[in-house]
Amino acid sequence: MWKTILRRVLIIIPEVFVLSILVFLLAKAMPGDPFTGSINPHTSLAHIHHLMKINGLYDPWYQQYWNWLVHLFHGDLGMSYEYQEPVTRIVGERAINTLWLAVFATVLTYAIGLPVGLYAGRHQNSRGDHAIRMYTYVTYAIPFFVILVMGLWIFGYLLGWFPTTGSIGTNVGSGFPAVISRLQHIILPGILQALFGLVGIVQYLRSEVIDATHSDYVRTARSKGVPVKDVFKHHVFRNSLLPITATAGYSITGLLGGSIYTETVFSYPGMGLLFVSAINYRDYTVITALVLMYGVLSMLGTLLSDIIMAAVDPRIRIE
Amino acid sequence: MAQNDPLNKKSSISAEDLTRLSKEAEATATPSSRQIIWKEFKADKIALTSAIIVVGFILFVIIASFFIPAGSYKAVNIMDYFNKPFTPDFWLGADSSGRSVAKLLIVGSRNSIGIAIGLTLISGTFGIAYGLISGYFGGMTDMIMSRIYDFMLMLPTLMFIIVLVTIIQNYNAITLTLILSLFQWMGSSRLIRSRALAESRKDYVAASKTSGTSNFKIIFREIMPNISSLIIVEMTLAFAGNLGVETGLSFLGFGLPNGTPSLGTLIANATDPTNITQYWWTWLFAALEIIVLCLAVSYVGQALRRSADASQRLGDK
Repeated sequence: MWKTILRRVLIIIPEVFVLSILVFLLAKAMPGDPFTGSINPHTSLAHIHHLMKINGLYDPWYQQYWNWLVHLFHGDLGMSYEYQEPVTRIVGERAINTLWLAVFATVLTYAIGLPVGLYAGRHQNSRGDHAIRMYTYVTYAIPFFVILVMGLWIFGYLLGWFPTTGSIGTNVGSGFPAVISRLQHIILPGILQALFGLVGIVQYLRSEVIDATHSDYVRTARSKGVPVKDVFKHHVFRNSLLPITATAGYSITGLLGGSIYTETVFSYPGMGLLFVSAINYRDYTVITALVLMYGVLSMLGTLLSDIIMAAVDPRIRIE
Repeated sequence: MAQNDPLNKKSSISAEDLTRLSKEAEATATPSSRQIIWKEFKADKIALTSAIIVVGFILFVIIASFFIPAGSYKAVNIMDYFNKPFTPDFWLGADSSGRSVAKLLIVGSRNSIGIAIGLTLISGTFGIAYGLISGYFGGMTDMIMSRIYDFMLMLPTLMFIIVLVTIIQNYNAITLTLILSLFQWMGSSRLIRSRALAESRKDYVAASKTSGTSNFKIIFREIMPNISSLIIVEMTLAFAGNLGVETGLSFLGFGLPNGTPSLGTLIANATDPTNITQYWWTWLFAALEIIVLCLAVSYVGQALRRSADASQRLGDK
């Protein structure tokens, strides 16, 4: 077990390294320089050259990469051109909002997805199963952003059940009312994200349960005279649920990618919206930081999933 | 002389017998994949309707867009500002610049569908070749290629695409399709790889290898035709997904260059709070169109998948 984990952790190191080089090269390819926000028309060309020189922008790229990496490990991601504030502070403020939304959506995804998936597998080809398959087909086929726009239109505007923008209402004090207001703002985007996200879980769980139903140990249990209900409860469901726990890590990639659309549609001030506005302002330090962060997070998510997978399924462990 | 001519040779079988026999032979022979697909679509009327809708709609927007000169949908006319829909001049209303939504929808559909088709062909070809090579050679090649594949899956692709689109100046539909393909080829590659892996262990491949056929020929002339039904299914389902890729980017404002209509830019009208409720015609038609189109394409894909898998066919019953 430890060997598998160690092996998997060792693999991620070169991956993060390659990712950091890619992000660095992207950052280099972006027009503009770190002084874009701090110079004015009266700044002399010689002064800019001087700034470039002392900041090492004339060094060869590998040396710049190294400097960038050293700053990175000291938690220094540079200054935002647009806000004239350290990037870490700006991203930190937004990250909390995205985290709230992601946690809410994930809890909802599993809370709905697990029972629905188990039901569909248990009652294969029943009317309920057909309805569930119809649902997964429709949700899977339609692009995510269209679902978001339709959801916002129907539930936010036509029915008026939920707030349509922001993460907190205006004129809301602190304490309990603020928490309620925050919750109100994440319900609709959270539900829509969950409704889209649970498709994968339902399909996976359904086929796991159906496969398990046809396996030898289930037949043995049935022939011994174990009631159908207990066979499902103690044998089938337990075996089918284990691999699902591993999808939690993979779902991070999906949630982060989806956050760009969700936060844009709902004007929710999280990292996805920050990314879109940073692109529009050409705020390259923020862009670089976010791309790197998203990449590292989804790598860690995959690592987590692989480790859980190896823990619950001994067949996956490799020497 | 005439005796040896096969055309003039008297056959011992009569003409009726011959037609009867060939009919019997046809009935018992394994049906070709085209026949299987046709049978499947005849049995599943929704799939047939979907296929007709998709093909008919694509042909319609391509032909109709020829009759819409670029000036007529780009011209700004303040007088027609948010003209209501279902009026003689503006069937589907006008947007904030007084442009006809119907015209924008047709040209936008053509652009979006065109990019989705291009993206499916380019990324599909690369992804399939990648999967075939990785699965066929196995061993070290497979391990390295799988690692690259895993790495690509973990990248925040949407962010990379958006960043590349903003870095590259003066891009057009073709460069956009290429950038998208760079990050969208992974979709079908894994399934194709596992099929190629299974296929490469089979006797016909071993026989072909012993008789000296080159690897390249075995992969693309022998294994690929054998998994062609899977490839068709994968490409169709990928097309349904790819319709959402460019439209999604254009929706965020990073897709087709400014002024080029796309289904995504039309739906982006909904991000304005007054548009979304008061001037619903500026975006709702595009949203409904993309929903119908995606559902239809993926329904066709599922019918194709069923016909590729003998145990799930509806047409055999």
